[in-house]
Amino acid sequence: MRFDPALIIHHLPSILSGLSITILTWLIGTIGAVLVGFVIASARRFGPRPLGMALGAIVEVIRGTPFLIQLFLLYFGGPYIGLFLDPLPAGLLGLTVYGSAYFSEIFRGGFEAVPVGHIEAAECVGLNRLQIVKRILLPEMSMLVLPSAVNMAILLIKETAVLSIITVPELTMIVSAIGSEYYAFVESLFLLALFYWALVELCGFLGRKAEAKLSHFRLSAS
Amino acid sequence: MNSWKLWMLLLQGAGLTVAVSLLSIAIGLAIGAVISAGMLSSKQVFAVPSRLFVSFFRGVPLLVQLLLIYNLLPAIGINVSSVGAAITGLSLCTAAYQAENLRGGLMSVPKGLIEAAEMAGLNATQQFRRIRLPIAFRLTLPAIINEAIMILKASSLVSVVGVVELTRMTQDLSASTYRPLELFAMAGVIYFIINWGLSFIGSYTENAIRWGRP
Repeated sequence: MRFDPALIIHHLPSILSGLSITILTWLIGTIGAVLVGFVIASARRFGPRPLGMALGAIVEVIRGTPFLIQLFLLYFGGPYIGLFLDPLPAGLLGLTVYGSAYFSEIFRGGFEAVPVGHIEAAECVGLNRLQIVKRILLPEMSMLVLPSAVNMAILLIKETAVLSIITVPELTMIVSAIGSEYYAFVESLFLLALFYWALVELCGFLGRKAEAKLSHFRLSAS
Repeated sequence: MNSWKLWMLLLQGAGLTVAVSLLSIAIGLAIGAVISAGMLSSKQVFAVPSRLFVSFFRGVPLLVQLLLIYNLLPAIGINVSSVGAAITGLSLCTAAYQAENLRGGLMSVPKGLIEAAEMAGLNATQQFRRIRLPIAFRLTLPAIINEAIMILKASSLVSVVGVVELTRMTQDLSASTYRPLELFAMAGVIYFIINWGLSFIGSYTENAIRWGRP
């Protein structure tokens, strides 16, 4: 085993493009998953009962099957029902769908954890439904769900590596391609691991910062 | 290929998925128990490496870990089959998560029980093995089962290192039959059923070990 830094410098442009795709898919996928997850949780809480039950079943199926199987179903099975997607859009859609099921459960837990008394109090002072969601539910919930939401966002960074299997040219695919080209698997994969490790630790750190900042919303001893 | 043959092959893949996952879950739990003890140790020689282990295996995508172990083991002269590499990777990854679960449990073992064990003359190892670990295990059983389900789903990733488990089998069959939609949907259903079974075992065990709990 030998390590050649020139190899990395030589391939820096493609490594950087892989990195940008990893970060971009993660950001878009996470934001999409948070939004869709919030819509699902709201529909389950406030929508009609049959809709809520159908959504609940879908969430269970997504949470009960591997992400890779969902991706394969979308990417290889999609064309048979007229859904022709390139690797990158398929990966983004897959990541969003997968993440939204988990985020919807986090939000559902958040909705349920806000004390009923607070909502009743808001009703008593004459806030309407939208105001209650905006002024009471969301701020109180944000603090309650933040730790698990940050955790989920970090899990999604790691899930982006799976997209390499359906040939999305993100970091894992680029680096392992370089590794196989030069027969330097171990070195390149080790660097890749260190890189993800740093990214995950950084996001964990930022998440804890955000929690500390938002902590004035924390419910006292509830 | 008739559909009976397809079913048999899918179930054969599912069998390997279950075998690899259960073995990894068991090994991971054992390693996780040791690591969790290390994390809570007052000696830095144990605590620092344990924390690094947990941080690394929780911070790196499982796919990257699997590729790394699959290529690293032969490079340092250990020749294992792809199934061996897969079980090694899954076990180490799940050990980190289980260690974190058990650490939470160990920290919430009531002080009085540990004092009582000390009074009864148990030494530190006995206290850990006989009192703290069993109680921590019981306290964290839901989280442990949850992680077991995560590993069962994550085991689909070992298809990339050439283990012909359910995912890889489905891929191969869909390449030869041109029916990816039905086959991957079937694989999804099989995974879902196995997970359902795991969570059933989980809630059964939870009830079975309720004795002595308020």
